[in-house]
Amino acid sequence: MKFSEKWLREWVDPPVSTEELVEQLTMAGLEVDSVEPAAAGLEALLVGEVLSVDKHPDADKLRVCQVSIGDDNPLQIVCGAPNVEAGGKYPLAPVGARLSPDIRIKKSKLRGVESHGMLCSATELGLGDDQSGLMNLPADAPAGQSIQALLGLDDTVIEIDLTPNRGDCLGIEGIAREVGTLLRTPVNAIEINPVGHSVDDILDIDVQAPQACPQYLGRVIRGIDVSAATPLWMQERLRRSGLRSLGIVVDIINYVMLELGQPMHAFDLARLASGIQVRFAREGEQLTLLDEREITLDTETLVIADHEKALAIAGVMGGIDSGIQDDTRDVFLECAFFPPQIIAGRARTYGMHTDSAYRFERGVDPDLQLRAVERATTLLLENAGGQAGPVTAVSHVEHLPQSVPITLRSGRIQKVLGMSPSAEEVTDILTRLGMSLEAQGDDWQVRSPTYRFDIELEADLIEEIGRVYGYNRLPSVILQGALDVQPLVESENSIDVVCNALASRGYQEAVTYSFVDPAQQARINPAMTPVPLANPISSEMAEMRTSLWTGLLNAVQYNLNRQKTRLRFFEHGLRFYSDGGAIRQDTMVAGVVTGTRWPEHWDSKAGPVDFYDLKSDVDALLALTGDAGAFAFVAAGHPALHPGQSARIQRGEDLVGWIGRVHPQLASQLDLSADSFVFELEFAAIQAGRLAAFRSISRFPSIRRDLAVVVDETLGVAELQAGIEAAAGELLQELLIFDVYRGKGIETGRKSIAFGLILQDYSRTLTEKDIEAVVAQVTDQLGEKFGATLRD
Amino acid sequence: MSSLDELEQQALQAVADSADAAALDEVRVRYLGKKGLLTQQLKQLGALPAEERPAAGQEINRIKQQVQAAIESRGETLQKAALDAQLARETIDVTLPGRGQSQGGLHPVTLTLRRIEELFRPLGFSVEEGPEIEDDHHNFGALNIPDHHPARAMHDTFYFDAHTLLRTHTSPVQVRVMEERQPPLRIIAPGRVYRCDSDLTHTPMFHQVEGLLVDEHVSFANLKGLIDEFLRAFFERDDLAVRFRPSYFPFTEPSAEVDIQCVMCSGDGCRVCSQSGWLEVLGCGMVHPKVFEQVGIDNERYTGFAFGMGVERLAMLRYGVNDLRLFFENDLAFLEQFN
Repeated sequence: MKFSEKWLREWVDPPVSTEELVEQLTMAGLEVDSVEPAAAGLEALLVGEVLSVDKHPDADKLRVCQVSIGDDNPLQIVCGAPNVEAGGKYPLAPVGARLSPDIRIKKSKLRGVESHGMLCSATELGLGDDQSGLMNLPADAPAGQSIQALLGLDDTVIEIDLTPNRGDCLGIEGIAREVGTLLRTPVNAIEINPVGHSVDDILDIDVQAPQACPQYLGRVIRGIDVSAATPLWMQERLRRSGLRSLGIVVDIINYVMLELGQPMHAFDLARLASGIQVRFAREGEQLTLLDEREITLDTETLVIADHEKALAIAGVMGGIDSGIQDDTRDVFLECAFFPPQIIAGRARTYGMHTDSAYRFERGVDPDLQLRAVERATTLLLENAGGQAGPVTAVSHVEHLPQSVPITLRSGRIQKVLGMSPSAEEVTDILTRLGMSLEAQGDDWQVRSPTYRFDIELEADLIEEIGRVYGYNRLPSVILQGALDVQPLVESENSIDVVCNALASRGYQEAVTYSFVDPAQQARINPAMTPVPLANPISSEMAEMRTSLWTGLLNAVQYNLNRQKTRLRFFEHGLRFYSDGGAIRQDTMVAGVVTGTRWPEHWDSKAGPVDFYDLKSDVDALLALTGDAGAFAFVAAGHPALHPGQSARIQRGEDLVGWIGRVHPQLASQLDLSADSFVFELEFAAIQAGRLAAFRSISRFPSIRRDLAVVVDETLGVAELQAGIEAAAGELLQELLIFDVYRGKGIETGRKSIAFGLILQDYSRTLTEKDIEAVVAQVTDQLGEKFGATLRD
Repeated sequence: MSSLDELEQQALQAVADSADAAALDEVRVRYLGKKGLLTQQLKQLGALPAEERPAAGQEINRIKQQVQAAIESRGETLQKAALDAQLARETIDVTLPGRGQSQGGLHPVTLTLRRIEELFRPLGFSVEEGPEIEDDHHNFGALNIPDHHPARAMHDTFYFDAHTLLRTHTSPVQVRVMEERQPPLRIIAPGRVYRCDSDLTHTPMFHQVEGLLVDEHVSFANLKGLIDEFLRAFFERDDLAVRFRPSYFPFTEPSAEVDIQCVMCSGDGCRVCSQSGWLEVLGCGMVHPKVFEQVGIDNERYTGFAFGMGVERLAMLRYGVNDLRLFFENDLAFLEQFN
């Protein structure tokens, strides 16, 4: 809600500065968004009266005018505007005036004729968008008067960002009431008197949906001069509220809406086929709106119709066919109350936003309609002539909001606010707000005025008390409570622990959008059914991510493009997919690495990262569970990964993640210039940890025995490891793999794996015999199970 | 000078002249070894007359000890010199960079979330999570935002279908918690939220932390107390001015927006606070009776408050970040500034 401060002060004029006024509004919940001068830089402008207009000797489109500024020395001004006329009065910028920081009026010669100033259009003054010619000033404006004084431009435009519950403040009257309450200043409500009818015409009104339109008032006004000029003061108030002047009838309707908060509509009586119907739209019914858009109405839309067709969407926008036009003589004025739930969402459905819908959605005073009709009629008759008919009112009181008394308990005020204002203070505040109170012991029965339709509950009243009392005057008290010890589960890994582990392994945390490009996602993770958004913000953000890889790989690409070649990113967050119609949302931890294994160093050259670098990072996360042995890396293919360098990560038989090198084809599609390696793990799989449990430490020496075995190339070392562990039994404390060799001395298709076995007993020092027995058992079993031979 | 004196001088000279441990050992063998010159002198004592023997013997022993001491001292000197030489040889340039994995770091949003959590946890608030794909009921209906409520339009919601959406705030988590548990309740709910809006100051995804406290004697005054203290602790400014402005949220009443004195200009007015000297950082209020009603919490017995804050906003103010979009570009040059 944007309005002129002067206008407000006509209604209520507290003895405070603009600054103080604005502060009070903001601190009462009517947050002031901006405070701006009504016009800037127009101090030097004057009313110029054109005395004569002559043709320019050398230019067809220019005229030479003699312009009076009230003294005996008319100024000669060359003017190109088509509408300049002798006797006309226009804004004049004399020599030396500034129209903007860049435009300073100078004495000049136009095609050889001297010009001592400039006559201005509304656009040039920043007062409107009419560029067609000079701004016409009223005939009675005294020549030489300052424009600022004439138009009352020493004014401020205040814009309030109203919360949805304060529909009552969508008019000057409502804001005035609020200011009056806050600053204890009387409100000078304008006097609105009933306009007697001088013609008897009425239009039949048939409200077929009384619940949706409990009150409908209509009035015929005949013989209006729609070409009458809107008074300057009204144009200026409209402009300061952000509305353009659109002709006298629409201007007055808008003016009353800004003044009282009641949206209205005017139909051209001649264009109505018969009486008015208020009904829901029929299936497939068409309407061309004032903005010339043709729409098909749905059956949930309330319309104003004549007996043939829909004329307007009730409370939202009128139709073009029945609107006021240049030849309109007679109008039918509509002023109705529509409950918020009937209008809410309608404008949005049709992609519109109108001042009328905005107000009805938030609520309009159900007791305002008659005053608004009379006010608009008065203004119309005053400014555009015409003769009013009687007001026809169709009211269904049973569907109008009822004012129900609310019980307000002083104990409850204390309980909610944490303080007790005195009974006098409570009474004072609520009375100032227009409520009527009836004391009942420590409590009250409170009735709110019809314009405070947002007040329904005791809590609403308590909020009002706090608000008017001042939130900042309410106490601030530290809550006292039981000193409860919070549960702390040691055997569970928090996501923080996982993040810290990755950060200390050189990973930078990324946060990428949860919605991704469907085309990219289809390349990266085609196997999962994604969840598409119905209204994505762009086609590149149209699907929820099924994997964190999409975002991470984009982060890699973004940084590669910025000369960063060594990248290590991780992210945690939800991935989303459809599991037979049900939406699954799982927390994942994912990482990507590319570039060199180590940061570049003066002492040694670091090679590019490979699978095993990444695997050690994943191992570190698995180790957080205290049960790394429960996990297995199983060679398997994934569409995003290199088929020879990818693995499923399993806990037991359950798939809990993937690791591998980004498929070269995908890398080139994503424009990744370097090999990247990725992993992704379900957080749940590493969340459950194990409480550390002490085992006694052997006091006897350990002994290491190395063993190189030759096996088939295709055999995974993990299987050999498991074989050795099984064969060696309890004496084996640690099993190391210290070499993998292929080539000379080993037949093609075979490889040599060198193991270090560290053996130790808890009760004695191992003898050579013990060790040989273990080694023999291991070699026998490996030979038997895997065809392994000892390397010579 | 007797030949003994001469021998002593020679021996001491030889010790002094020995350049290293090997040379010194040779000197020791030559003078003090089994066949050493001084040892031979002792052996030759028998050839002296009996009355001269004690004095001569004493003299020889004295010289032996003298030489022995000189050798030890020389040995120590040589050893120290050798060690010094070794240490000198092994001296490195300690200013060269170290070796090993680089250090990574956490995203500024995570740092801010952790800071908020760390401030609330000790007060007994547990950290709760909820789904990001939410239903209409938890995101709106249960929070007293019925269909077509103007507040819905303000939320610019992403939808999947008529009843499934991306949560527009973390408030649905408070509903889920209250559905499952009875008071007393103290929770905070951090997480991602989504609104269909993208420009200089809005990203379609951002983070919030929701807080909820429900108990038997909880008032707006307690809400003020907690928020005042939290904001001062978060910004590490004991004198930070905090103000509460009436506002409107369908799920709280009374509702307030909380402003802090601008941390950039200390309230003098700057670009960040649009010259107002104040920054809006948080929304809060007493839980609305209709919300309690929906989840079956006794309105008469219990009261509670809820608050919600934008994490990026707090991170921007705390770290002086001037562009919201930087948080999601994942530019290493940005992220590394928080390591």
